[in-house]
Amino acid sequence: MNKIKEKYKEVKGKYDVIIIGAGLVGSIIARWLSKYNLNILLIDKEPDVGTGTSKANTAIIHAGYDSPFGTLRGKLVVDGNRMFYQMCEELDVAYKTCGTYVVALTDEDIKTLEKLMENGRKKGVPGLEIISGEEMRHREPYINPDVKGALYAPTGGIGDPFMLTVAAAENAVMNGTKLLLETKALDFVVEPFSLHKKKVSGVVTNHGTFLADVTIASAGLYCDELMEKLDIKYDFYVRARKGEYYVFDKAKKLQVKTVLFPCPTPVTKGVLVTITIHGNMILGPTAKEIKDKEDTSVTPEGLEELYKGAKRLVPKLELTDVIRTFAGLRAGGFLHDFIIEAPPKYWGFINLAGIESPGMASSPAIAEYVVNLVQEQGLELKKKNNWNPIRKSRPDFSELSLEEQGWLIEKNPLYGRIVCRCETVTEGEIVAEIHAPVPAHTYDAIKRRTWLGTGRCQGSFDTPRVIEILSRELGIPPTDVIKESKGSYFLTRPTKEVPKGELND
Amino acid sequence: MIEKYCDVAVIGSGPAGLAAAIAAKKAGAQDVIIIERDTELGGILLQCIHNGFGIEIFEEDLTGPEYANRFIVQAKDAGVKDLLDTMVLDLTPRREIYAFNKRDGMIKLDTGAVVLTMGCRERPSGALAIPGYRPAGIYTAGTAQRLVNIEGYMPGERFVILGSGDIGMIMARRLTFEGAKVERMIEILPYISGLKRNYVQCLLDYDIPLQLKHTVIDIKGRDRVEAVVSAQVDENWKPIPGTEDTIPCDTLLLSVGLIPENELSKKAGVELDPLTGGPYVDDTMQTNVPGIFAAGNVVHVYDVVDWVTKAGFVAGQHSGKYAIQHKKESERKLRVIAGNNVHHVLPQFLDPQNLEKEPQELQLRVKWPVEDRVWVKVEVDGKLIKQQVEKYVRPSEMIKVILSPEVHKKAVGGRELLIKVEER
Ligand SMILES: Cc1cc2nc3c(=O)[nH]c(=O)nc-3n(C[C@H](O)[C@H](O)[C@H](O)COP(=O)(O)OP(=O)(O)OC[C@H]3O[C@@H](n4cnc5c(N)ncnc54)[C@H](O)[C@@H]3O)c2cc1C
Ligand SMILES: Cc1cc2nc3c(=O)[nH]c(=O)nc-3n(C[C@H](O)[C@H](O)[C@H](O)COP(=O)(O)OP(=O)(O)OC[C@H]3O[C@@H](n4cnc5c(N)ncnc54)[C@H](O)[C@@H]3O)c2cc1C
Repeated sequence: MNKIKEKYKEVKGKYDVIIIGAGLVGSIIARWLSKYNLNILLIDKEPDVGTGTSKANTAIIHAGYDSPFGTLRGKLVVDGNRMFYQMCEELDVAYKTCGTYVVALTDEDIKTLEKLMENGRKKGVPGLEIISGEEMRHREPYINPDVKGALYAPTGGIGDPFMLTVAAAENAVMNGTKLLLETKALDFVVEPFSLHKKKVSGVVTNHGTFLADVTIASAGLYCDELMEKLDIKYDFYVRARKGEYYVFDKAKKLQVKTVLFPCPTPVTKGVLVTITIHGNMILGPTAKEIKDKEDTSVTPEGLEELYKGAKRLVPKLELTDVIRTFAGLRAGGFLHDFIIEAPPKYWGFINLAGIESPGMASSPAIAEYVVNLVQEQGLELKKKNNWNPIRKSRPDFSELSLEEQGWLIEKNPLYGRIVCRCETVTEGEIVAEIHAPVPAHTYDAIKRRTWLGTGRCQGSFDTPRVIEILSRELGIPPTDVIKESKGSYFLTRPTKEVPKGELND
Repeated sequence: MIEKYCDVAVIGSGPAGLAAAIAAKKAGAQDVIIIERDTELGGILLQCIHNGFGIEIFEEDLTGPEYANRFIVQAKDAGVKDLLDTMVLDLTPRREIYAFNKRDGMIKLDTGAVVLTMGCRERPSGALAIPGYRPAGIYTAGTAQRLVNIEGYMPGERFVILGSGDIGMIMARRLTFEGAKVERMIEILPYISGLKRNYVQCLLDYDIPLQLKHTVIDIKGRDRVEAVVSAQVDENWKPIPGTEDTIPCDTLLLSVGLIPENELSKKAGVELDPLTGGPYVDDTMQTNVPGIFAAGNVVHVYDVVDWVTKAGFVAGQHSGKYAIQHKKESERKLRVIAGNNVHHVLPQFLDPQNLEKEPQELQLRVKWPVEDRVWVKVEVDGKLIKQQVEKYVRPSEMIKVILSPEVHKKAVGGRELLIKVEER
């Protein structure tokens, strides 16, 4: 610890609040805190925001009927759902209010639905209703014809967790928050405070030390590493639980229109079939505990499980229409509840741990909850009178009418050059993302924002062009352009050059 | 939006497109235009800097760019026009093309005939569903070819190539020339999928090992490829346990086949054959949509470029003939054009013979509202033949203009009738 302190002890800045982790939760907390007269720093260890759990999940805006009554998670999801759609409107992030269904295939399942509905009503989830099998077949023609009934939750929907993270971080930055990427919290600055408490008065990072009155740890899967530094222990440990997915071609006829959950059993929630905000059908997720927190590989067993599970809901499904697979990691714990608290032995520190599903749906309520905790840590919160809740998305060329496309090209000729032909993404859109308030400086950062490279050719056409654009706009050699993380380079050297080491051999 | 007419529009400037444009000209079509999204004519040939092209047509061994250049010169001499750096976005069953570029913005082209020569694309990696990570360092062979031959950069130093297609074999040799090491080529079939010639000249001559009946079962490495794991397959294509072999490398190239590029064709209602992935064509290379022809790799994937050129000639010749016939039919007709603040007018064509006999009604909608008196003016070839007043105009309310036989007299012999709305 001392060694680290030696190396990075130089104080680089002083803030009212530091938030560690620019995932969905950290970014939304920053956006909520930016309403007040506070000097805020948001840091993330990666070159982009939202590259942890927030970039790969099912994206369901849960209505909240399933998480247990009496838990923090059970409460925040219902509150979060209520606030969610307005937040998306303000941040100009897409969502679908398609409702969600839990599908019963047996009479036994119907009983489970009744229990779920009862739990939901107790928690104040509006509009819950059990519909007949016939009605379900009418709403989703490809559903298993044996369907006996379904629990319909009209307030459920589909969100865009990654763009929500970007938008929230951007809105925070617009309102004065400082964002530092590739900045990893390595340790804390801890000082004596009172008899029973110590004060956390800052964060040591690879880019120097930053001091703050309140430090918020929202590090997703890595919350345990930070907790270890402060010797905070709960009755659980954080484990990564992998969820694998299949993505289908959106051009294919067989599609679902909503979110279809199988009936949960005591062992598993099961594989669900849902539509995404981009119109692709997806199957997933599996749930397998693993050791490696970066292991987002897909496995043959996982894919097999998905297929079998999803076939029960939509028997006509065929794997020939699959265009992609991916996996995400949940920060699972034993408690199965969110931990959001100011640990009693510290002053000026707020810890978030175990923010697994439905972390996205709960996020605005989580942020409000954290605002209260910040206040309890002695910071006086005064609303700014010039806070701007509105963040506008940049033009998506493919969504515009021919006439609007024409105007855009007239204004900026870069919109007249297609870089990704499958998804119709133009150079103008890419350049706009590279220079946005939360800049996209890697291939994958651009891909997540523009959806480039996700179509039928999976990036074979756009890759050389994107490398060229990134190199030009960032003023770096093409060999320094990366896909996602440090070390994920695309090119090794210009041609007609002897590879390194060859001369010495 | 710029609006234009041409007799034959060729989409794509590879060998098929170049041949089609030249043949259309020869068949007598006047206005022939090639639209190409790249900044140069030539298509995929431009990145094929190796030789082996043109043995059949020229009885010479040319490189890709040399082969393309012969036809580019012929096309220019014949007076074929081109629109470069221009992407075709949409094609309608009525042969209207919507394209755009940096210079002109959106362009609408009405055409007498269209030839589809968009070529093919490579099968991507995602669809292969190889388990494991998705680090940097996985490319299709064609993308690697572009990076090396056009951009001048090496995508890696140690390669494994999956699939034994021609592009993969040619790239194995190219990369070796550039000082990289190609560790192995892996093919799931019991035989190579490309040409024997390429196997000898690109693999054997450079001691690059080929493993048949093998596939890649895993990709290692988180940031960048660090190794791939290969395994032998049984007769059901399933990996045989115990045959796994980890090959350290930094790049995996995929050369697993080509698929005709027909997204545009589908938009125009062109029917595709599930076996080839390309349009159904007749012996004139016409698709099921009248006046839309197709040739080259967009129809089915060829192995030798000379055949592509020949198919282009056939499609081009018949598209030229079709356009001339089409023009004759529409020659007598008066084209109706939407001018200032007119969103569209119906009908788009007027037959002067009918107009001579009885009054004809034009129906139009404006683009934006004007809550004041406006002129609706009708001009034939620039000459005002009628104007009427409207108290106001709104996009939601259709406007009628009646053209009487008297009006027609002022327009005898005209070609274009323009209708526009002007504030007074
Ligand atoms: C398979 C799966 C399916 C899911 N489905 C849903 C769903 O349908 N609906 C729903 O509401 N929720 C769902 N969730 C949950 C939701 O995705 C998460 O709750 C949410 O994304 C958590 O956000 P976060 O910001 O806490 O975590 P993360 O996104 O992981 O953010 C943590 C950030 O902290 C950074 N970080 C970590 N350590 C450090 C450090 N030392 N210094 C600096 N930065 C650091 C990381 O780089 C990362 O960006 C799902 C989750 C998974 C895995
Ligand atoms: C990567 C690759 C490498 C190859 N290497 C060899 C080789 O070494 N030897 C060999 O004999 N054969 C090779 N082939 C096969 C080769 O494609 C054919 O021999 C021949 O070039 C095909 O000609 P074409 O005119 O049908 O298509 P292409 O040459 O592919 O031309 C199609 C053109 O259409 C343009 N286009 C497509 N869509 C649009 C649109 N919407 N708007 C505007 N323009 C559009 C494209 O930019 C392209 O220029 C290769 C193919 C590929 C894909």
